[in-house]
Amino acid sequence: MSETIKLRKGLNIKLKGSAKPELETLEVPKKVALKPTDFPGLTPKLKVKADAEVKAGDALFYDKYHPEIIFTAPLGGKVLSVNRGERRKVLEVVIETDVNAGSVEFTKADPQTLSEVKVKEAILKSGLWPFIKKRPYGIVASPDEKPNAIYISCFDTAPLAPDYSFILKDQLSTLQTGINALAKLTDGKVNLGVNDDSFSSLKNVVINKFSGPHPAGNVGIQIHHTAPLNKGEVVWTINPQDVLFVGRLFETGKVDFSKIVALAGSEVKEPKYYKTVLGAPVETLVEGKLIATDYKQRIISGNVLTGTKVKIQNYLSFYSSLISVIPEGDDFELFGWADPGFGKFSASKTYFGKLFPKKEYTLNANLHGGERAFVVSGQYEKVLPMDILPVQLLKAILVNDIDKMEQLGIYEVIEEDMALCEYACTSKIEVQKILRTGINTMIKELG
Amino acid sequence: MKFIKNFFERTEPLVQKGGKFSWLYSVHEGFFTFLYVSKDTSKSGTHIHDYIDLKRTMAMVVFALVPAILFGMYNTGYQHFKAIGELASTGFMEIFFYGLLKVVPVIAVSYIVGLGIEFVFAQKRGHGIHEGFLVSGMLIPLVMPIETPLWMVGLATAFAVILGKEVFGGTGMNIWNPALIARAFLFFAYPAQMSGESVWVSLKEGDKLVDGFSGATPMAQAAAGNISDINVADAFFGLIPGSIGETSTLAILLGAVLLIVTGIGSWKIMVSTIAGGAFMGLILNVLAGSAGLSPEVATYFSLPFWQHLILGGFMFGAIFMATDPVSAAQTEKGKWIYGFLIGILAIIIRVLNPAFPEGMMLAILLMNTFAPLIDHYVVAGNIKRRLKRATVKKQTA
Repeated sequence: MSETIKLRKGLNIKLKGSAKPELETLEVPKKVALKPTDFPGLTPKLKVKADAEVKAGDALFYDKYHPEIIFTAPLGGKVLSVNRGERRKVLEVVIETDVNAGSVEFTKADPQTLSEVKVKEAILKSGLWPFIKKRPYGIVASPDEKPNAIYISCFDTAPLAPDYSFILKDQLSTLQTGINALAKLTDGKVNLGVNDDSFSSLKNVVINKFSGPHPAGNVGIQIHHTAPLNKGEVVWTINPQDVLFVGRLFETGKVDFSKIVALAGSEVKEPKYYKTVLGAPVETLVEGKLIATDYKQRIISGNVLTGTKVKIQNYLSFYSSLISVIPEGDDFELFGWADPGFGKFSASKTYFGKLFPKKEYTLNANLHGGERAFVVSGQYEKVLPMDILPVQLLKAILVNDIDKMEQLGIYEVIEEDMALCEYACTSKIEVQKILRTGINTMIKELG
Repeated sequence: MKFIKNFFERTEPLVQKGGKFSWLYSVHEGFFTFLYVSKDTSKSGTHIHDYIDLKRTMAMVVFALVPAILFGMYNTGYQHFKAIGELASTGFMEIFFYGLLKVVPVIAVSYIVGLGIEFVFAQKRGHGIHEGFLVSGMLIPLVMPIETPLWMVGLATAFAVILGKEVFGGTGMNIWNPALIARAFLFFAYPAQMSGESVWVSLKEGDKLVDGFSGATPMAQAAAGNISDINVADAFFGLIPGSIGETSTLAILLGAVLLIVTGIGSWKIMVSTIAGGAFMGLILNVLAGSAGLSPEVATYFSLPFWQHLILGGFMFGAIFMATDPVSAAQTEKGKWIYGFLIGILAIIIRVLNPAFPEGMMLAILLMNTFAPLIDHYVVAGNIKRRLKRATVKKQTA
């Protein structure tokens, strides 16, 4: 194993209620849904109508500009409804599940014996392709590109993040099959980012060990510190739990979208792990499991830095292995800005909370201030362990200067990498929103 | 306290667009958010946000200024009673209250004029009050000589807020430090009233001065080639004539500790500015023996380098003015260069330019002007590293 890459910049936000290493298996949900909104930039074209019968692995919709990328039903049953939002945008394709619906048969083979074309075809047809994202841009990879390498981060440093060593510990051989399949898709290597030795038995991979605070577990940071991305280069990334889907496909010839999701946060009675399925209803995960309060709670599919706010009647997001629940915090606070703040966590050192680094905090979704122009400097740099000037990059995006965006490294970052900047910002600037605007501009201008 | 919140909540619809009192929107928002942190929650991006906001940041700086303010009040009284020869017979509280009564009107004028203008501009632009002036409004009085007429303080504040800040777009957009713009405005517009020996010490009509009294600051004395009278302890503790808040190195350093501990002020800029000043002072010390210098200049050259740091506005500028994040260099590397050059320039202007007894103000304003240039080169360096990485890879591939 290579040397540990030590990262100093960043910030660990210790929230109350991280998941205990206990697993409970939930019943097969009555409904599941795929949400086209989980894929930035996707224009979905529907393949099914309401009431259509589908098997697990049947296509529900596809990408208008890449028809070969399809999105398939996690479980078989009947299409219950297609929920649309403003301007008829498709928000959710909901399936009423039926355990007897069966699943589509795909190739069952050891991926190491298959050709690149066959492997790619199997992943595309089964609807597993959208789990593969590409850098730059952090969007679903294009099947016609060949990546320099594939990166998988096997640890997550975000607040309340699930522990992948726990999730994956009994499924290492399936993970290995998945990795073998992915290895066929690149001329380079499959790179694993780890922070302990749980994955040292895996073959056919390069293991890079990292230490340091969040965002050390972000795959973008790991790419930056191993083989930083230059203009014109492409690498692919995939979440470790999603590699299992690939592994199971080749081991069984069927899609099996069951996954382990952590339920965590200060509002959860017993934070722990649940075995459920991709696209499961949020309700099945949180119902009866939250503490009763007289204030509002916010349910987030994903972590508190990058996740999506969901309602109880919504569904788990495509890439999420975590549901976080925190107080909404929509109250006024008298002289909040003048509080000495013994119970307040801050990246700055202006609150006494800083004196107790071990303490776990209950943080709510309040902005704690109004939006202002950039005033304080040096704040973003402290939480971004990359050779990138974050404020200058954001300003380039704000003035829509494409050359500058490229020169300042927009290919190397996506929202999650700069999420801490947004958290720590004194001026409450919407960093992730601005960054996505910039990325969309690049996609539009350069393709 | 509940009725205040109810009052603000009830009146909120009235000040919205189209409401009866929509012209009061900024005032309403300003006072409401001053009392209560808003209930707004995250709508995009991160769901949690840091507890820090601009109000707290600015409040911390004002808090760090408190030692300098209090000492400035005491020193105002101290210089007064020293000038009329009654120092020994006057009690501590009487000295302090004399200064308090002199200083508070200056602070009040600065805040009333400045915030008044801020409210008007915020309303015109249709946004809330931005907090930048909380600090500027305190810095402006502290860099004024005590005998500056109040109308001049008001005029200078108006000039600084309008032409130094609002024309650029308000808090966060200005090029120069607004407080120094106010000081520079007076320095150049009213040179007769703003220098000399009579402005530094507060005197009432009919006060009888002690024999041999001179209101000159140690800076002026040093420029005249008279460095032997400088009492180092007085200069460090601040019992010397000078602008209201700048005299006590000790009080300023107390503020610096708070700024550094809380991370609000850039320690890089503070350290590099002081290093730059000391470095230039040392160079002058070395050059003091060279031929061709007039005796006064040679004496000033030989002023021990570290004494430059405790005289005049050097320390106040280094800790509170140079570190203004908006007008300073914004890249981390740039901050080192920016600060170091401020230190050097301040001493050069102070010693080598007979027209300006103090160089800190001009040094900082000059470097404010050049900060974007420094940042430009730091950014260019980053860009170059990224390009080089790509080409090296291509060649080896």
